Amino acid sequence: MAANQSASEPFAIQAENLVRRFGETEALSRVSLNIRRGEFFSLLGPSGCGKTTLLRIIAGLDSPVEGSLKICGNDAASIPAHKRPVNTVFQSYALFPHLSVRDNVAFGLRMKRIPQAQIAERVDQTMALVQISPFADRRPAQLSGGQKQRVALARAIVNEPEVLLLDEPLGALDLKLRKELQVELSQLQRRLGITFILVTHDQEEALVMSDRIAVMNAGKIEQLDEVEKLYERPRTRFVARFLGSCNLIEATVAQIPANDFAVADAPLGELHFDAAKSSRNVGIGEKITLAIRPEKIGLLHSDAPRSRNHFPAKVEEVIYSGAETQYRLRAKELPLSACLLNASVGSHGFEIGQSALVHLPPESLIVLDD
Amino acid sequence: MHTVTRNTQHAGKPRRGFAPMGELLRSLITSGPSVIWLTVLLLVPLLAVAVISFMSRGDYGETQLPFTLDNYKRLLGFGLLGFDALYPIILARSLALGIGTALACVAAGLPLAFFIARLPARFKNLALTLVVIPFWTNLLIRTYAWQILLAPEGWLARVVHAIGIGASGEALYPGTGAVAIGMICDYLPFLVLPLYASVEKLDWSLAEAAMDLGANGAKVFRHAILPQIMPGLIAGMILVFLPATGQFVIPDLLGGAKTVMLGNAIQQQFGQSRDWPFGSAIAVVALALVMFSLWIYARKSSGKGGPQLL
Repeated sequence: MAANQSASEPFAIQAENLVRRFGETEALSRVSLNIRRGEFFSLLGPSGCGKTTLLRIIAGLDSPVEGSLKICGNDAASIPAHKRPVNTVFQSYALFPHLSVRDNVAFGLRMKRIPQAQIAERVDQTMALVQISPFADRRPAQLSGGQKQRVALARAIVNEPEVLLLDEPLGALDLKLRKELQVELSQLQRRLGITFILVTHDQEEALVMSDRIAVMNAGKIEQLDEVEKLYERPRTRFVARFLGSCNLIEATVAQIPANDFAVADAPLGELHFDAAKSSRNVGIGEKITLAIRPEKIGLLHSDAPRSRNHFPAKVEEVIYSGAETQYRLRAKELPLSACLLNASVGSHGFEIGQSALVHLPPESLIVLDD
Repeated sequence: MHTVTRNTQHAGKPRRGFAPMGELLRSLITSGPSVIWLTVLLLVPLLAVAVISFMSRGDYGETQLPFTLDNYKRLLGFGLLGFDALYPIILARSLALGIGTALACVAAGLPLAFFIARLPARFKNLALTLVVIPFWTNLLIRTYAWQILLAPEGWLARVVHAIGIGASGEALYPGTGAVAIGMICDYLPFLVLPLYASVEKLDWSLAEAAMDLGANGAKVFRHAILPQIMPGLIAGMILVFLPATGQFVIPDLLGGAKTVMLGNAIQQQFGQSRDWPFGSAIAVVALALVMFSLWIYARKSSGKGGPQLL
């Protein structure tokens, strides 16, 4: 549709040093980001992190006190909300209660004074696309949550915007429906080629749907990366903890040999890690935080042969959750959590109170920036 | 179930037969007083007025038979002396006063309701109290107060002349302007209060959605705000329209007593002229006109799923 019309401007959104204050608190403090045309981009963060404020600024429903914003290369400051090539799927759906589903979907096109026949055609097409044609003549009050969500989506995409903003669109739906719609939304995005910007606090939702994610905290972007990189190589404690769970180990850098893993002194003992994969340079004597995902930790029986990065630990808790089992461990006062896939029948043979051996693979240890 | 029925029969009181009786009694006790009140003080007098309107006036002002349509003919302008538009004009004038006051109150009340609704919580109650305060003063006193304020040499008149809105020496009172001021001030609270209740619970996200979908300011109001406040707006307009149509004190005191309104006409017939049948006819027609306009509104709004007041 309209989204890929000109390749001259590679970015749909260019934000520079956006600042927005509400009284004393800074909802956005110097936020800069570029969002590419045609990508599925997510703003992820806890409530109050500024993600919805940023979305509203892009929509034109709020304005920054400082900074600049460009939409498809044009300065947005001079474009009022109703003239921006941007449409929003609101968290509360905000469907017009006095209009039928069909009239809700047609609303945007009517505002633009598009000929009646064309409106009817596009509305019918869009309603068929998101599968709401059977309810065309109902009022919003007669629809279920999932149906309302689809109507809100249709009402936005029928306008063929350059950028579609989705503010926690699946927040009010139950888990099963949410998962279905996650897949449907990403398929729809690929099909339409419109830039999607999703605001969510649900890390799994962001991971499943997005090409790139900006993790936000306290009005700032903590990290902006491709989905896989964000999970595998978090840069800050906040990102490591917010996206999935993570074990954090405080250590001091001891040696950095040229042809081998670097060594750090940790409460556990000598810990080898891959300094080359780190996002920054570390120096000897520096205090660092190492992060490791629970599923990267190996768990062995205490009589297994020990090599480097193997440490004795005690099993404190076993949490069986079907597909996987989580283990709460303690290695020399350091609490660790490990997660093992239940790939074969039966348990892994670790019980509460038992001793075990944990293996922290050096290439899975990530040096955090803070 | 079976045993339960038998047990109650044993107790000697068949509950099934008794329960509706109890309900009837209860509803009689609760609604009885108001039914009696309405019957004695509203329905019976109304019927009496309707019946009297078809009777004739005796030589000494007494109401007497035979039944006749003369009163209505006279009201429509076909009197003893040929066609005279006096009474149709009075009717139209009163309806115009009611409609005009309602529209003027909308123009003044809409911004006011939005202003109050957007005030910080602690000022809202204060503002609403200020809106209601005029109710605490007698209508006549308020109207006389306007006479003094708007008097030809009053300070308000001087200010108006100083700004250059009105020609120098031209009085604000008595006149149409003074009547308009008096009517709006008197009926504004009737419109503002129900309207405020609607504005207060407005869903502003609909306005944002409309804006997002390409609606400019006026269209946002028309498509996202107005449908939401319509029930309050209509209720307010009816609350203003009904009493304003029958109003005659304000037009008399601020308009210079030159124009006759429905109210004056009826009062005249029952008072000085001692023509109860004709006064009744005016009252019946006025009532019919008001009911008719409400009925038209109800018909129009029920078709569109709008508020149903009648």
